Amino acid sequence: MDFLNPVINGFAVVLEPTNLLYCLIGVVIGMLIGVLPGLGPAATIAILLPLTYNVEPVTAIIMLAGIFYGAQYGGTITSVLLRLPGEASSVVTVFDGYQMAKQGKAGTALGLASIGSFIGGTAAIIGLTFLAPVVASFALDFGPAEYSALALLGILLVATISNGAKTKALIAAALGLLLATVGRDIFTGESRFTFGSLELADGIDFVPIAMGIFGLGEILYNLEERHRAAKAPSKVTNVWPSRKDLKQASGAIGRGSVLGFFLGILPGGGATIASMASYAMEKKRAKQPERFGKGAPEGVAGPETANNAAATSSFIPLLTLGIPANATMALMFGALLIQGVTPGPQLVEQDPELFWGVVNSMYIGNILLLIMSLPLVGLFVKILRVRAAILAPVTALITLLGAYTINNSMFDVTLVVVFGIVGYLMKKFGFEPGPLVLAFVLGSLLESSLRRSLLVFGGDATGFFSRPISATLLIVFVLVAVLPGIRSMLAKRKPSTPGVPAPEKIKEKV
Amino acid sequence: MIRVKTTSSVPGGAGGAAAAGNGPDDLPGGPLAGFPDGIPNAGLDELTPEQLAAQWEEEKPPAAGALANAASSLVVIAVGLGALALSLAMGLGSLAAPQPGLWPFIISCVMVALGLFQLIAGRRNRDAEKFTRMSMSPLTGLVTLAAMVALMPVIGFELPALLLCIIWMRFLGGETWRSTLLVSAVVVAAFYGIFVLALNTSIPHLF
Repeated sequence: MDFLNPVINGFAVVLEPTNLLYCLIGVVIGMLIGVLPGLGPAATIAILLPLTYNVEPVTAIIMLAGIFYGAQYGGTITSVLLRLPGEASSVVTVFDGYQMAKQGKAGTALGLASIGSFIGGTAAIIGLTFLAPVVASFALDFGPAEYSALALLGILLVATISNGAKTKALIAAALGLLLATVGRDIFTGESRFTFGSLELADGIDFVPIAMGIFGLGEILYNLEERHRAAKAPSKVTNVWPSRKDLKQASGAIGRGSVLGFFLGILPGGGATIASMASYAMEKKRAKQPERFGKGAPEGVAGPETANNAAATSSFIPLLTLGIPANATMALMFGALLIQGVTPGPQLVEQDPELFWGVVNSMYIGNILLLIMSLPLVGLFVKILRVRAAILAPVTALITLLGAYTINNSMFDVTLVVVFGIVGYLMKKFGFEPGPLVLAFVLGSLLESSLRRSLLVFGGDATGFFSRPISATLLIVFVLVAVLPGIRSMLAKRKPSTPGVPAPEKIKEKV
Repeated sequence: MIRVKTTSSVPGGAGGAAAAGNGPDDLPGGPLAGFPDGIPNAGLDELTPEQLAAQWEEEKPPAAGALANAASSLVVIAVGLGALALSLAMGLGSLAAPQPGLWPFIISCVMVALGLFQLIAGRRNRDAEKFTRMSMSPLTGLVTLAAMVALMPVIGFELPALLLCIIWMRFLGGETWRSTLLVSAVVVAAFYGIFVLALNTSIPHLF
């Protein structure tokens, strides 16, 4: 039972009062921002990063993780009641959830979603418990060459899988890598891109970049969104689904757990893709697919299960390889680095309390969330009345004042505002901010392992292909990079080009 | 974040093309034409997922055209070229013995290449958003933020924060004066309580 000892010790870590409290804070915040349309989990985590400076690493990550998976629960509520997805990962829930609400089964839809979320989340934690140490022990032999290949592949996958234009996502990633080089070169000590500024000599901190691009950028962007009038939500009653509903949804919950778990592990995967894939799968499998979109319980249970399973399992690449699989995980990575913890394969061995503390906190968090979303759901429905007009300045002030507290300097606050402008403009021009932050986080790791492996190979770049794992990863990299191009070329050859060319003469102000 | 992306574009790209026009006049004559969002009506509730997705697509802010793409690509190319020049100045060295400029040089080359590709291949893309009258809100917000950053070291955070709250709630959010003043005062007092009294941080404050 040697394997289980650290796991059980992890529970001791979670049950410390401070950690329990922060777990509760995390899931409540997550649930809240999930309910409130506007800020997503990534933006919230970015804004709250300064909070984590004064607490233990394990406590900090427990809270941030709680925000992330808590948001998956909360996003359901607005999808079902108002037909407004609170989070991107709850978009597909709207289709059947809102129809169920219209038929007077809002409670059932929410209940099924919470139970599915709980089962999906818990199944993914169990999977994580067994899979993570295996992956970590496999990755222990990774040298700099493997890490370079892995980081390159991770950045490319996140950029190409993200929705929106792929070239633009890659440009954002390149910008992130470039920003990571600002400051002193670790090998020669020479200053790069500092323009003589003393404050830039140590490089740009991760926190102001994340707070600006994710946090303030999103706040500014939301100021522009047309305010959709939200109708007062119908009263939610009877959240306990009947045995018949549960039976009908049980298959969807089971499939959603497995699908979500595996999609969450993949770099670039995550909750949003998992929920969409699950909806598509349920619709395809159903005997009467025409029920979907008209209030099919499977259409709510499947995606909601899958997005929670994926949110949990996306911790695996971060905690075992040190490679964040999506933008939110990049923030976790940054938060760990601030705490002086480098996530990687040695984490399970060297810091078992942190590793198992965080993993096991998710059980507690999921139980708390189940309680909040079944008996206490009425409370959160009331929160929908808080208006965006009031929330926006509050979040903006939290961001600015929080940025000040990082180093007690106005320089950080200025940086946050500057990156807030960058983030806003990026969103406006269709550049995803996620790849930038991810590439920034991985930038120095990528550069140092590239240079270290080139030293090992004596400057021979073909050396990367002499090691089986790095060779495989690089071949996958090339395939992922080249395939879309080939596919679009083949598509162009076909004579029938769908879509009319858009009119070129459009007057506009840029 | 409730940005909804539908991978399959609206049939024939009509939504994107029309959205690039000048307002509700040239919306396609789909089942939803003429229903501004937010107005509840019976027809809206009976949508299939496909119609709902199409409706979200329409509600998206109008798309910017080729000029926006050219502008953003040129900015990318300019940043790439600037970084390229600076990295060359730092010295490249060789793969076996790299100088500090080598890695930034590689990235800037990639960036310039991607920028050129985007400039040419992205002409027809509709993923950028047009700046409209609504864009005045973020601009106003930005000005208040900048003012706050400038004033905080001089007169402390309380008055600029109060001003920011009032402007954001009354003018950007359309709250009533009554609730604006009430909530703003409460918010600033709460921040004072948390950051100055409870956490004892060194945030510049007047009182």
